[in-house]
Amino acid sequence: MDIFIQQVVSGLATGGIYASLALALVMIYQATDVVNFAQGELAMFATYVCWSMINAGLPYWVAFVSTLGIAFMGGVIIERVIIRPVEHAPILSIVMVTLGLLVICNSLAGWIWTYVQKPFPSPFPERPLKIDNIVFGAHDLGEIQVTLLVLLCIYLFFRFTPLGLAMRAAAHNPVSSRLVGIRVGWMLALGWGLAAVFGAVAGMMVAPVLTLEPNLMGGVQIYAFAAATLGGFTSPGGAVLGGFIVGVVENLVGTYVSFIGTELKFTVALAMIIVVLLVKPTGLFGTTVVKRV
Amino acid sequence: VSDSRLPRVVGLLALLAACALPFFLSNFRLFQFSQVCIYAIAILGLNMLTGYNGQFSLGHGAFYAIGAYASAIMMDRWNISYIWTLPVAGVLCLVVGFLFGLPALRLEGLYLALATFSLALAVPQILKYFEHWTGGSQGLVLSKPNAPFGLPLNPDQWLYFVCLAVLVLLFWLGANLLRGRVGRAIVAIRDNHIAAEAMGINTALYKSLVFGVSAAYTGVAGALSASVIAYVAPDSFNVFLSVTLLIGSVIGGLASISGAVFGAMFIQFVPNWAQDISKAAPWAIFGVFLIGFMYLMPFGIAGGIRLLWIRATRSRVQQEGRSAVPTQAHTTT
Repeated sequence: MDIFIQQVVSGLATGGIYASLALALVMIYQATDVVNFAQGELAMFATYVCWSMINAGLPYWVAFVSTLGIAFMGGVIIERVIIRPVEHAPILSIVMVTLGLLVICNSLAGWIWTYVQKPFPSPFPERPLKIDNIVFGAHDLGEIQVTLLVLLCIYLFFRFTPLGLAMRAAAHNPVSSRLVGIRVGWMLALGWGLAAVFGAVAGMMVAPVLTLEPNLMGGVQIYAFAAATLGGFTSPGGAVLGGFIVGVVENLVGTYVSFIGTELKFTVALAMIIVVLLVKPTGLFGTTVVKRV
Repeated sequence: VSDSRLPRVVGLLALLAACALPFFLSNFRLFQFSQVCIYAIAILGLNMLTGYNGQFSLGHGAFYAIGAYASAIMMDRWNISYIWTLPVAGVLCLVVGFLFGLPALRLEGLYLALATFSLALAVPQILKYFEHWTGGSQGLVLSKPNAPFGLPLNPDQWLYFVCLAVLVLLFWLGANLLRGRVGRAIVAIRDNHIAAEAMGINTALYKSLVFGVSAAYTGVAGALSASVIAYVAPDSFNVFLSVTLLIGSVIGGLASISGAVFGAMFIQFVPNWAQDISKAAPWAIFGVFLIGFMYLMPFGIAGGIRLLWIRATRSRVQQEGRSAVPTQAHTTT
């Protein structure tokens, strides 16, 4: 039982990371109907930026916050400069552009920071927390807190601020929003910026566990896909919940199903995606998109 | 030379030139050209699926891997001749692709992209897991076959001719498939699947079949690569292989047959030149080309050539006072 609870908690911790990245994917999907395949790599890049700042001597939280700022700007600029020209192109073109971004980010990171694995500091104390016989990793608990805090902020932002409302409106009905004076193009760019921020949080939280390298986010991204698919690409809340579910399932399967272990991690995610798409393609909380012929 | 015959003449000349290559190039260069043939086959498979049928696959590296490993295991375990492993790998991938295509039917555009992308990510792990068959992360070391019947060719030259022959055969089959009734049905599904269904096309069957055939092409390419490289290892079939194939497909021209060759040359030779700059440079350059082509030349090299050709002939036609403007340019999307 102790192991079970331990695994659930550490599953929730990784789940929080998946949830952040899944939320980033869903935000962009809702606003522009595009899955951003480069989301993970952008997050990895932001994590490297943070690493450089910490290496240059900045305190962790200063570096953390400035990274979020840089990620936001980066997201906005990428949308404005790279995505904008293909906004109305066929889906294939947009997917190809995000794939192009993926490989560019990956190779640039390798070019600038080399492919050598780098340790990334954790801001949380080393000493694990012990309740009865159950040991909780301090980083796990901290991760959960940070994720929940970010989610709370974003919920409040979208629920209670005029800007959040405008962004939701722009994603929901671009034409009408434009008619009431919302600058839809900029709202999309802000969406990309926010998505980059979530990605950066996920990257900086996962890097201490996996050690920093250019392929850091490959595995995280496939799980974030699974999370977003499970929760539904049309439902941000669903994607977050999906992230936590996927994280816990991954950990429990890894612990209790002996033939899977950690060697078939990606296969588990693949299986989850395919099963969800077969059984309920809209995900748990997604809505069916009805097309008019 | 009339409009319709010119491509055939050019193709024939290119084939003649390709046959002459082994007698001028070093073994290493020849090996690269064998790779070009292999990539071209795989990319043609991908073109059928993505270009002609409009289904995404970001995971064709998976079928390439299945073909390569099927061939390698047959050669390694049962001493089956490399030639016979090719059709077996093709049929195996046809079946696997068809089966993967069945659930894929329910997935539209992006979801299919997601599922195939995850497949591409998962493949190296799966290959490592079945260590008993695949040799784990060590991979399998094979030997290059010698030329049969005492032909005065070294293994590299012989393998090049094998690749070229398979390429010609598969391109001929593919061109006939895409030009006929089946091909029109495939394109109709891409352009408007509801209308296609209303015309009596069994879209479900066709889509799965195209997935299967496309996988089979890629599988044969993978099987050839196992012989040519004489080595298979799980990490060479990572997600970047799938992305590479897709890049080749897009740069060559998605809905075109000749585009597959251009794309294959691009993905084979550009990284070689770029490697001189930095280890990471090839991918940065791939990415820049990919995005650039999406902006400037969405129909790829083949589409660009076709447009230029149409422009050239159109001005000539106008001079001659006829109005026969070829309309083929717009069959690509």
